[in-house]
Amino acid sequence: MSTQLLWFATRGAGIVSLILFSVVACLGLLAVARAQSTWWPRFLTVEVHRSLALLSVAFLAVHILTAVLDPFTHLGLAAAILPLASSYRPVQVALGVVSVYFAAAMIITSLLRDRLGHRAWRTVHWLAYAAWPLAVAHSITAGSDGIAVWMLAVTGLCVFAVGAALFYRLEAGRTNRSRLPAVAAGTAAPIPTEPAWRND
Amino acid sequence: MPAGPPTRTWDRIDQPNPTGGRATRAQLAVDRIACDGYGMCAELLPELIDLDDWGYPIIRDGGVPDALLDHARRAVAVCPVLALRLARDVRP
Amino acid sequence: MDLRLLAGPPAAAGPESWPDHRARLGGRPDGPSARGTIPSLEASGLLGRGGAGFPVGRKWRSVAERAAEAGARPVVLVNGAEGEPLSSKDRTLLRLRPHLVLDGALIAADAVGADRIELYIGSEHRDARLALRRAITERSDIRLPLRIVDAPATYVAGEESAAVHFVNEGDARPTTTPPRPFERGIGGRPTLVQNVESLAAAALVSRRGPGWYRETGRGATPGTALITVTGAANDGIHEIEIGTPIAELAGAAGAGASPDDRQAVLLGGYFGGWVSADRAWRLPLDPVALRDAGTAFGCGVVAFLGNGICGVRTTARILDWMAGQSAAQCGPCVFGLRAIADATARVAAGRPERDDVARLERWAEQIAGRGACRHPDGAVGQLLSSLQVFNAEWKLHQRHRQCSFGHSGGLDADGRRVA
Repeated sequence: MSTQLLWFATRGAGIVSLILFSVVACLGLLAVARAQSTWWPRFLTVEVHRSLALLSVAFLAVHILTAVLDPFTHLGLAAAILPLASSYRPVQVALGVVSVYFAAAMIITSLLRDRLGHRAWRTVHWLAYAAWPLAVAHSITAGSDGIAVWMLAVTGLCVFAVGAALFYRLEAGRTNRSRLPAVAAGTAAPIPTEPAWRND
Repeated sequence: MPAGPPTRTWDRIDQPNPTGGRATRAQLAVDRIACDGYGMCAELLPELIDLDDWGYPIIRDGGVPDALLDHARRAVAVCPVLALRLARDVRP
Repeated sequence: MDLRLLAGPPAAAGPESWPDHRARLGGRPDGPSARGTIPSLEASGLLGRGGAGFPVGRKWRSVAERAAEAGARPVVLVNGAEGEPLSSKDRTLLRLRPHLVLDGALIAADAVGADRIELYIGSEHRDARLALRRAITERSDIRLPLRIVDAPATYVAGEESAAVHFVNEGDARPTTTPPRPFERGIGGRPTLVQNVESLAAAALVSRRGPGWYRETGRGATPGTALITVTGAANDGIHEIEIGTPIAELAGAAGAGASPDDRQAVLLGGYFGGWVSADRAWRLPLDPVALRDAGTAFGCGVVAFLGNGICGVRTTARILDWMAGQSAAQCGPCVFGLRAIADATARVAAGRPERDDVARLERWAEQIAGRGACRHPDGAVGQLLSSLQVFNAEWKLHQRHRQCSFGHSGGLDADGRRVA
């Protein structure tokens, strides 16, 4: 396989992974914030979040495999598995390695959610707040395209999207559960009734 | 939203069972303490799950008919807090 | 009728000492004879006195069988939390006859094979705890680890899964069932959670036998029960023969000679239900008969409402309190009870919204049975019985914004309880 192709594949798959990862992060934030409208029911947020997360694994696998197999980069398997083991930009590559480990933990615990229980799953899922920024940092600094205009534009869009979703999540305020004691005591107003999406 | 008094979804569906078939012994149950009112289960299984005025699920009695089992499994899987359970012989 | 649970020295004499207790009743059955207690209890028909009325013998058998299946030693939890504000029979029994309760706990432990006893006593019942503590030091027949646990002074703390949760993790809030405590409770082991009065009665049955127990009782249900009388009456604890008509209790407790003297009766406490005085006077204090009559015996509270008090305002106060006492774990209970309490308060204060009563009926139907415990059901029962019994007054408040009784009883302009 031509080394050019491998190199394109690595960068292409990496960028797609970043985009998918960002969309997954947005959807996760929107799910907790109970986002919905008449044309987008709440269950879709969760189901698409999960499907895209699995899809991003495929692209991530291509990205890692092609990077390791590419004779030009001299990366080798160790670089992909051990943070800082890379001879090429060790810190920047390590950002990606750690991000993948966190993502793997989240995905594996999600697949085993039934057996682990909700609380264990949720604790591991907090890693998302570390995994995504690490992925962004890796994508800007580790690749040779890092500072190209179009690359910055793509990255900027991803950051903007996740930032907007985060803002939306914070605006939605506390979940029902944390509000319950105040409502019971009569010191907080109950949530509005009648969700917009009804099964009519 | 239609005007007039809100009714349960299954009140508007012919009794006794909307999709035919005998009710099996598979039962849906909600862990009321874990449930946080996301309401996604009701979106995926409107024949058996309705939402109260605050978005929490009301599950119809009588178990899950065979024809709805796949939908029920999907509803169980979508719950973000694993509050919905589908089992044989579980008391709802 | 001869007193049974409260037989012995008069109340003014305080806690009965161990020598006096043994002199009066003899030693307690233990060892092999304790194991015969379960069939004895089943034959006696003794029902639990914590509020649910579940047959005591059957409960002990379930725990013993579960423990045998699991190969584990069960735990006995003596439930003296008594979180129902109108009830004081449990703390009174503990204060006056601590040894009877301890007998019951030790017999239960022998019968089910338990290796530990937890005495879960409401932290606010200081006299009861003191009497119990002293009684424990008096005895020389306690061969199991036994300790007093201070139950938080909340309404739901007495619920059986809440009690187990508190012993396990210090959190007196109900947990999701199944599994129930008799299957998995303290330390994951089958746990017998039993009310103090039930244990005291079991202590007597194990000595005297089921035949003796069945000698009392006016109707089909045998035995005696402790009743807390409160409200427009002489507050106090009465031991009655089960099946005694409320009229007779009213006479003995200074609650009026005829149903005209009182407006209504609240049976079972805040968790219970209202009955109009006319109907109540003829009702027997029998758990089975009351259930058939559409009301409930509950934990044995009989509260009389005087003729000069607004039933709607009283209900509003009770519902506001019950909403605040929610464990705040389940959406339908928290949001539902708060909505119900607020709407009732508005109606009580004469400032209802147009559909308030219709909404209350809708919410009552929506909320019932949809909490992890029975707390929302209690509030719904309180509300629905109030709507029925005080129907005319509710209509007056809702439609005409008036109250037959003017201002009465500690409610501010918003219908909320004034300090």
